[in-house]
Amino acid sequence: MLRPEAKLNQNIFDVKTVAQVPTRDGFGKGLVEAGEKDSRVVVLCADLAESTRAHWFKEKFPNRYIEIGVAEQNLATIASGLANYGKIPFITSYAVFSPGRNNEQIRTTISLNNVPVKIAGAHAGISVGPDGATHQALEDMALMRVQPNMTVIYPCDAEEARKATFTAAFTDGPVYLRFAREKTPVMTSAQTPFVIGKALTMWESKNPQAALIACGPLVYNALVAARELEIQGIGTMVINNHTIKPLDREAILAAATKTGAIVTVEEHQIAGGLGSAIAELLVKEYPVPMEFIGVKDRFGQSGEPAELLKEYGMDVPAIIAAVKKAITRKR
Amino acid sequence: MSSYLDDNEIKELEKTANDIRQTIIKMLVEAGSGHTAGPLGMADIFTAFYFHLLRHDPKNPLWEERDRLILSNGHITPVRYAAMAHAGYFSLEEAMTLRKFGSRLQGHPERERLLGVETTSGPLGLGLGQAAGIAYGARMDNKRFRVYCLMSDAEQAAGNVWESAMFTANNKLSSLTAIIDRNNIQINGMTEQVMPLEPLRAKWEAFNWHVIEVDGHNIREFVNAVEEAKAIYEKPTVIIAHTIPGKGIKEIEFDYRWHGIPPKSDEAKKFLSELRTLQGKIKSEHQ
Repeated sequence: MLRPEAKLNQNIFDVKTVAQVPTRDGFGKGLVEAGEKDSRVVVLCADLAESTRAHWFKEKFPNRYIEIGVAEQNLATIASGLANYGKIPFITSYAVFSPGRNNEQIRTTISLNNVPVKIAGAHAGISVGPDGATHQALEDMALMRVQPNMTVIYPCDAEEARKATFTAAFTDGPVYLRFAREKTPVMTSAQTPFVIGKALTMWESKNPQAALIACGPLVYNALVAARELEIQGIGTMVINNHTIKPLDREAILAAATKTGAIVTVEEHQIAGGLGSAIAELLVKEYPVPMEFIGVKDRFGQSGEPAELLKEYGMDVPAIIAAVKKAITRKR
Repeated sequence: MSSYLDDNEIKELEKTANDIRQTIIKMLVEAGSGHTAGPLGMADIFTAFYFHLLRHDPKNPLWEERDRLILSNGHITPVRYAAMAHAGYFSLEEAMTLRKFGSRLQGHPERERLLGVETTSGPLGLGLGQAAGIAYGARMDNKRFRVYCLMSDAEQAAGNVWESAMFTANNKLSSLTAIIDRNNIQINGMTEQVMPLEPLRAKWEAFNWHVIEVDGHNIREFVNAVEEAKAIYEKPTVIIAHTIPGKGIKEIEFDYRWHGIPPKSDEAKKFLSELRTLQGKIKSEHQ
């Protein structure tokens, strides 16, 4: 059942009434809130103001909005200078370009320099859809989580994205925030706790036999799978692991100990993402059978989000199958 | 305060530049690796900055109103370290820890390890954007300090330089002055053979910058150019400083093979004796 302490919206399994909002909208709101709180917050944009939702900040604080043009390398270096001086810059673009194209700029001038630039990667994941493989970032979390000093956050819905954005502004050091293009269900409420580095258990059956550890909007698919599994008599836990780095070691180890089987769920290459991060922890501290839901060393392609999630094995039936397989492997 | 220099002041600075060159040679021998040509070629300009142009406080490297000197081509950092040591940021003894384990003086400079270097640098093409970001932020807050960005000439092949050049000019960040060390050499040979940069002046003018060309070993000419840049409000200024790589040691001047290697100890002895003989008499070819 849904865990009451998570204070989730009660209608989330009702497809007719559950709110559908893209996480990038939560980012846009969170930016404005951060800007209202602190005049040091500035937003840099590489010619994608509307689709990243940076334009909401621009309308409210035109003097703190900085246009860079189609120049993502410069986006990173200008922001580094602003942060070095004393501002709190957010850089906004599609994740394929930032932190994709400008990866070395981020490494040298932001992470190694250790200045508080907040990197917002929009249109991440395969559910970008019709734009196709060039615009579907599937490796950005891997790129960011291997850089020392960097925090990596992938919010599960628009409300969590708002909180994550606001919180990131007032967190020391560089932060990478990952957002999606499509509308996805809003699971969390204003009362749902959000603390960077603290995973949130959203679902827990009576005798969970496996834990689903998910991030991003696919947390919803994990919850739907958990409900279906419960109906089939298989208890699970669902953990929203919004912070990929630093990992919530305690929560993950507790889930592995309790259930003895882990399934990770992410809209990202399996190599280098959430699943890898958790495997690195568990193989050392508490090895249990693991299955990985994510993209298996392929590029994306054009299509509707639901079609693509099915083709690439990230839909609810794929998650259910992975849970059953992980449980079987325990024996 | 006028920034212009009388003859005695120039002589003092030339003497300091010679001292800095000697320190660079000693540091490189001690380190056993590093770059020789670039640091020697930029000794006069770094002397002009640390001993005349910069508003700075070696005892308070984070003083908020300080001018910011951004070194984009971090590989010539020995000249910066040497200038900083002579200016009193740290001891000459510590300067000799260059590139050693545990030293604050990393092979390429790191902001978090050594206060005063302003940015972590080395990978080329990244300094101008950071300088522009600092200048932009400072203008938002009506700060008056100036921002300088030193770049190499071969670095001009990096696309990020021109992205930052467009941004700086578009925003009329006239508090930023860029300096290009036009010494014509890079690792693979002469710049005009590896990836020709000329017409370099016309490129920067086309990007809407005010361009001044100077002899980078003539301290007076360089200081005057920086003063001229302060008087230009409608655009940023770039000073193309023509320098001789390895300047001060005849044997290695103009030799691109000295870009990325240090002198051996017998060579260093010879070089140091040459510098001591010259004292303050290292002159530009045009004085």
